[in-house]
Parts: sequence; C-alpha cells; structure tokens
Amino acid sequence: MSLLPWTFLLSLLGAGAALAAGRHSAAAARRVALGTVLASWAVVVAAAFRFTPAPRLQTLVDLAWIPALGVRFHLAVDGISLTLLMLTGIAATAGVLFSWNIEERTGEFFAFYLTLIAGVYGVFLSADAFLFFVFYELAIVPKYFLIAIWGSTNREYGAMKLVLYSFAGSALVLAGLLWAYAAGGGHGFGFEDLAAAAAGFTRGQQIGMFALVFFGFAVLAGLFPFHTWAPTGHVAAPTAASMLLAGVVMKLGAYGCLRVAMPLFPAGLDFWQPLVAWLAVIGIVYAGLVALVQDDCKFVIGYSSVSHMGFVMLGLAAANLRSVAGAVLQMFSHGVIAGLLFAVVGRMVYDRTHTRKLAELRLLPLARLLPFAAVVFVLAGLASMGLPGFSGFPAELSILIGAWQAAPLWAAVAALGVLVAAAFTLRVVVATFFGPATPGGEAAPLPAPLPPITWPERAGALLLLGATVVVGLKPDLLLNWIVPSLHSPLLQAALKGGTP
Amino acid sequence: MNPDYAGLAAGLLPEAALVAGALAVLGVDLAWLRRSAPARRLRTAASIGACAVLVAIGCSLRIGAVGEVFGGVLALDPLAVATRVGVLVLTLLVLGVSLGGRVARPPAEYVVVVLFATCGFLLMAAAQQLLVAFLALELASLSLYILAGFDASRPEAAEAAVKYFLFGAMAAAFLLFGFSLLYGLTGSIELAQISVALVHAPASPLLSAALVMVLVAFGFKVAAAPFHLWAPDAYQGAPAPSAALIASGSKLAGFVLFTRLLWPGLGALAGGFTWAGGGPGWIPIAAILCALSLLIGNFAALVQTDLRRLLAYSAIAHSGALLLGVIASGSSGPAPLFYYAATYGLATVGAFGVIAVIEPMAGGAKITDLAGLSRRSPFLAGCLLVYILSLAGVPPLAGFVGKFVVFAAALKMGGLAGPIGWLAVLAIALSAVALYYYLIVLKQALVAAPAPGASGRIRVPLATAFALAAAAALILLLGLFPSLLLGRF
Repeated sequence: MSLLPWTFLLSLLGAGAALAAGRHSAAAARRVALGTVLASWAVVVAAAFRFTPAPRLQTLVDLAWIPALGVRFHLAVDGISLTLLMLTGIAATAGVLFSWNIEERTGEFFAFYLTLIAGVYGVFLSADAFLFFVFYELAIVPKYFLIAIWGSTNREYGAMKLVLYSFAGSALVLAGLLWAYAAGGGHGFGFEDLAAAAAGFTRGQQIGMFALVFFGFAVLAGLFPFHTWAPTGHVAAPTAASMLLAGVVMKLGAYGCLRVAMPLFPAGLDFWQPLVAWLAVIGIVYAGLVALVQDDCKFVIGYSSVSHMGFVMLGLAAANLRSVAGAVLQMFSHGVIAGLLFAVVGRMVYDRTHTRKLAELRLLPLARLLPFAAVVFVLAGLASMGLPGFSGFPAELSILIGAWQAAPLWAAVAALGVLVAAAFTLRVVVATFFGPATPGGEAAPLPAPLPPITWPERAGALLLLGATVVVGLKPDLLLNWIVPSLHSPLLQAALKGGTP
Repeated sequence: MNPDYAGLAAGLLPEAALVAGALAVLGVDLAWLRRSAPARRLRTAASIGACAVLVAIGCSLRIGAVGEVFGGVLALDPLAVATRVGVLVLTLLVLGVSLGGRVARPPAEYVVVVLFATCGFLLMAAAQQLLVAFLALELASLSLYILAGFDASRPEAAEAAVKYFLFGAMAAAFLLFGFSLLYGLTGSIELAQISVALVHAPASPLLSAALVMVLVAFGFKVAAAPFHLWAPDAYQGAPAPSAALIASGSKLAGFVLFTRLLWPGLGALAGGFTWAGGGPGWIPIAAILCALSLLIGNFAALVQTDLRRLLAYSAIAHSGALLLGVIASGSSGPAPLFYYAATYGLATVGAFGVIAVIEPMAGGAKITDLAGLSRRSPFLAGCLLVYILSLAGVPPLAGFVGKFVVFAAALKMGGLAGPIGWLAVLAIALSAVALYYYLIVLKQALVAAPAPGASGRIRVPLATAFALAAAAALILLLGLFPSLLLGRF
C-alpha cells in the first residue's frame, strides 16, 4: 500500500520533466506526460490489487510536519479514496491522450496539467485537513493557466471566474477549519483529532462550521446556486481541462464534503440536510432544463455536469449508506462519462469543424464523416442518461433509492431530472451527429473530408467507454471498496443507516 | 547599572561588521575605482557589502540568543536573532537585485546607505529602550529616505523621497512625543520598567494620548491605512532595490520593534473591546488600522495599472494582516508574525527584483509591460509566479503558511465570535479578492503574448539571477518546511 504516495510524487516530477522536455520538442513533452500519467495510474492499479477493504482509513505515511501547529503529513486510503484515485488515473490518462494535438507551449501545458493531477491525487490521499487543503489549492491554480492560455471562447473571463469561485469557496473552508481548530484548542488537523475536538462543540458551533466547510466545498462541486462558474469554465477550457474539470476537479468538492464536512460536524449535517438536499434537487432539474435550451453543445454538457453533480450532492445529503455509496459511485461514473462527452465535442468535433453551435452542426452529416465519434457519442449519451449497462445506472438508482428512504419527495423530484437528462442528451446527440432534424429530409452534401480520428483519440475514448461499461456491468468492483469504508466510525457518525 | 562594554561590543558585532563593510566600500571606491565605469564600481561595492552582510549573519548566529546585553538596553532573544538574520538575508537579496537594473549613481554610496539602513534594522530588532529604539528607527528611516531619492535623474524619485521624508518625519515627531509622554508618566525609558509601572498606573488622558501617538507613528512607518498615503508614491518613484528594501527589511524590523513595544512594553494597556468585556487600550486602535488596511489595500489594488503601485497597495493589505499578527502575538508569541513578515519580505524583494530587470527595457513598470515574459525570460516568469502566488497565499508556498499561522493565532485568541476573529475572517475573505489582482499580473506574465517590438530575450545578470532564484527557493522551502522558522521560537 505504501506505493500510493508515488502517484502525486510522480505527477510532480513529471510536471518538471514535461516542462524541460517541452523546451526540446512538443512530442517529447507529450511522451513524458503520457508516461507520467500511465505510471501513476499503474501505481493506483497495483495498490488496488493489494487493497483489502476495511472500515477505516488505512495509513500509508504519517510524519510530523509542522509540530508548532500539530500538522502531520498523514496520507491514508480507504475504499472511497481508492475509487476516486482510480478515476483520477483513468481521467488523467484520457486527458493526455485527448490533448495530443496541443502544439503551442506544449511543455508548459503538460506541466500545469500534471501539477493539477498531483494536487488531485494528493487530496484523495490526505488524512490531515491542512494537507488536504494544501493539495486542494494546488489543484485550483493551474486551472487558471490551462484555461487562460489554451482555452477558447471567452477564456480569460471563464478562467478568472472559475478560479475566483474556487478560491472563494476554499476561503470559506479555511475559515471553517481554522475555527474548528482554534475552538478545539489547536491540537491538530488530523481528521480524527478534529472529529474528537468537534464532539465537544456546541450544536451552534457545529452548525456554523459545517456551513462554512460544506458550502465552501460545494462551490467546487457545482451545487446550485454556486454552480455558475462551471458552464462558463467548461466552455472556455481546452478539451483536456474540461475533462479534468468535470471529471475529477468537481469531485474534489464533493469529496471534501464527504470526507471533511460531514463526519466532523454531524450536528451541522443534521441541521442543514433539508436545505442541501433541496438545493441539490433544484440543481438537478434546473441545470437539466437549462441544458435543454443551449445552442453551444459544450454548454449543454457543462450544464449536464451540474445536473449530474446534483445527484452526487443529493446522495450525500440523504446521508444513508445506500445514497452515499451511490454518490461515490456517481462521482466515478460522472467523471468518466463527462470526460467522454467533452472529448467528443471538444476534441473530435470542434477541432475539426471549428464550431460547437448546434444549429451549424445540424447541417453537417457528421455521423457519416466521423462514424467513430458518432458511435462514441451515442454510447456516452446513453451512459449519461443512466441506461442499464453503464455506470450511471447503478449510481443514480442507488442515490434515488437512498433519497427515497430519507424523504420520498426528494427522490420524486430528482427522478424528473432523469427524464430531463434523457431529453437534453438525445437532443444534443441528434443535432450534433444525425443531420437535419426532419425525418426523411435531404441530407446535406458531403463537404471536404475532415481529418480522420487519430489513435490517441481512439485509445482515450475506448479507455473511458471501457471504464463506464465495466463498472456498469459489475458495480460491485467499486462498491466492494466503497461500502466497507462507509462503516468507518467517522463516517458512521454522519450516516443514518440503510443497507447498501 | 554596571556598564558591561565588553558584552556590548560582543553583542553588536554584526552591526560593527556592517559599518566596517560600509567604510571598506567607501575606501576601496575612493582609492582605486574613481575612474572606473559605474557598473564596475557598483559590482565591487555590492560584493564587499555582501561579504560584510555574510559576516554579520555569521556573527549573529554565533552570538545566538544570549539574553540581555548592556544591562537590558538590548535583548538578544530568539526573536532578535531571527530578525537580525532575516533582515540580513533580505539585504543580501536587495544587493543582488541592485545589480540587475539601472545602475545607481554614485554606486558605492548607494551600497553604503543600504548597509547603514540595515544596521538600523538590526538595532531595531534588539532594542529594549525607548531611546535606542528611536535612534535605531531614525537611522534606518533616514537611510531609506536617501535611498528613495537616490536616482537624481528622475523627478519621480525626488517626489517619492520628499513625500516619504515628510510623512516619516511627522511620524517620528509623533513617536517622540508619545515616548516623552510615556517617560513622563512612568519615569523610565526601559520597556521592562515601563511595563511594571503601567500595571499600577491609573488610566489617564495623557496615557491614552501617548498610546494614540505611538500607534499613529507605527501606522505611518509600516504604511497601515489610513496613514498609507506615502507608500504608493514612494514605491513607484524610488529605485527598485530601494523600494524592495523599504517593503521588506524595513517592514520586518518595524513590525518586530513595535510588537516588542506594544506587548512586553505596553501589554498592560492592551485592553480590548468594551462591549466584549475589555477595557480601553491599544488593541481596538490596532484593530481599526488592521481592518482599514485590509479593505483599502485590497480594494485599491484592484484598479491599479502600474505594477509598483499594485505592489504598494498589496503591501498595505499585508500590513493589515501583519497588524493582526501583532495583536495575536499577545497570546501565541511572535512566531506567526515573524514568519509572515519574513516570507512576505522574500516575495516582495523578488517581485521588485523582476521589476528592476525589466524596467530599463520597458521604460516603466506598467502591468502590461510584463506581457510575454514567459517567452522573453522563462526564468523571470517562473520566479515571478512563485513570488506572486506566495503573496496571494497559495500553498505550498510560504505566503500561505504565513497567513495560516497568523489567522490561526488570531482565532485562538478570540474565537470566531470576538472582534479579532472577525478580523481574521475579513482577512480570509479578502484573500479571495486579492487573488484577482495577483492573477492579473500573472496573466500578463504567463498568458499574454509579447507586445510588438518588445519580444527580445531578457538577459538577467548572474548575481541578480542568483538572488531571485534564492528568494524563490527560500519561499518554496519555507512553505514546505515551515518548522525551519516556526520551530525556532
């Protein structure tokens, strides 16, 4: 198990190496980046084989770091973090494959990219709130440069908005954590230390701290009404950054809610639960409806991400074993599927047709021009709608059942969101790839052939598709990791029963 | 008091090394280099100066924290030693930076005045007596006024120096008046005896007047709002290395001096907020200065187009955070304050170092003059990234840990419910605002394409490159291993 710290160490080293290689040639930087993400993913896979699920965080490294503050360099893993580490490995690899066409400042691109990945790996491994926060911020700042330098539509605005939202959210988290730390006498930032200290807090304190920490993280998770950074950010970002943003970075927020806010301040969760659940439900339906009327297909996917992350937040808010297990599964599932959708739209289609407007794409017979992309997009769309056989199905089903156990009305309204998701997904699939919307209408004449789909695109798409299908057919692969972890004393404090 | 001159001489070895170094610089320059090119004279002077600073660092470390010197006139406690070394390191970096840009004239005298200012900082770090404190402060200040106006060829420099001098002289008058009232009320100029006398002193309007005077002077010296008006002009007009020294070493020494004055000296008068159960005292005044500095500094920085002015307003905002550290050091000790001030100094020296290098080429220091820096000099762009992100408080850089320890200390002092806690929350909230203007700078440096006609590569002199790399490395090192500093107290 002690292999896992190499995930972020390798990523950081790779970032430096990519920067150096980029001065030599773009191809070298790409190879370095691909080697790095593959190596760190291999580390996760190797660790997964040796992983035995247990109802606690399994410590990997625990060193004194800043004794004056009681901060420890404490890395630990459980089934939840392992699931998300696996997701990071897959999404990072696919992201590199889909940025194979970056020619401008390639070394710098991959340096920022791999720094972000290092931060993400670090967050999922941290068992100390200070360390968690350090990695969390390490993942925020590179996004600005990835979007502002290599992005498209309105990139400087989108990048700034995204980073300021994230940073404001993390300022809330910092305030909440410092408050808890100071009120607990300043003994340490380990999750266990903080939880022990928090047990002595008054209900009012817990409510306040939970609000700061949870909503701070929820900004990054795209909880309504803090989601507005997400669509503009996704649209502005280069493909790989959109994939990472939707794929793993939004999960950092949800993971923070689950790992920090909920177990530390259970009384706060109790108080805020209805509000969070309703915000999540509103987010599911509202973002779905907005996605229904967008004309830029990246906006459609951006809003669909917000809608799907609403399910994650609903699962967390319902706070029982089944819903939270579903939420973690949904984090994985959405990470893979959103990555795939962004890859098709941003890389396969936009880089060839230079438009993302549905009205213009409608006129192109893309299904005949890019059959591979069409097949991938249809499958990804089906997965995104939550059809059985794909990972979204067990995840959303489990969330809805769990939510029903908590409050039937939440599940009922959220189920509406599933219908809306089907509608906007079908709309965008049809409009993008299957030509004129009128049945039997004349297909547009074939324009000049588009550049063919390259091998990195095929590999990346197959990787992501494979992940969603495998987990869709056998969700137990992940649930066998996730569910035992939910029995840990820390998480049990937040959860209210229910069988998986 | 039995004068112990041998002890005094031993304790003041670092200062002696600096003065000897300054004389050596003058002597060498006068004897051999009068006819040489100014650049060569500056190089020689800075090298001799750097040797003197290195010797002073060695002396400071070797003497160590020996406690009281000369019957309590100076105190060499861990804080004093750390501050001495911190200030000397910052001076060393400033000397490196001074070789990177426009050559100051006359070059040798420039280095000499820098050494004199540093000598003042060293005395400020250890002073335990009102008179010594005042003399040290004035030695440093007078040197800084000269440094601010050193570039006689530019009218802005003259404006900066005059403004800085007038405000500073007024602050000195306030300080002296406050000190004289304190002396009159307590009958002593020793901080230790003053604090004893104050415990039993009845509250009197004169005492309040003394407190206000001291705090006003403090506000002027560290550029806290609403006494900050000199800072943007001084930062903009002064030669870049001078501005770097004003923003770094001077701030570190000033905050240490005033923390000593306020807590061990006037701690009995700390007071609190009357509605929160405390009596009248200096904490409420400091809290108001802190809140104003945070607000004015951060919001005014948002609209700046000149990089130096932006750094000046950011310095005002950082003064606010440091004032919070001063207040909090009553309960948590001076370690958070020192860590924050020292690492802030590193980042600021670095940022002004970058300005010093690019300014002669661009003819100014507009933020847009940074455009395309990552193509023109990846090294400078990388360093600037580290400095600016550290100023913004992004982990794992030292600026983040500094904020973290100061805010944690403040929250430990009052909890979130008290006014001090609110200040900490205000500071945390404004750090999100601050990120905006810092990112504007980085956007120009890393995102924007070079302006047409300004796309050549930038050459960085070796000494300056070394200083800039050292500053960036220290910021990263202290961010990753904060215990290197925090563990020393």
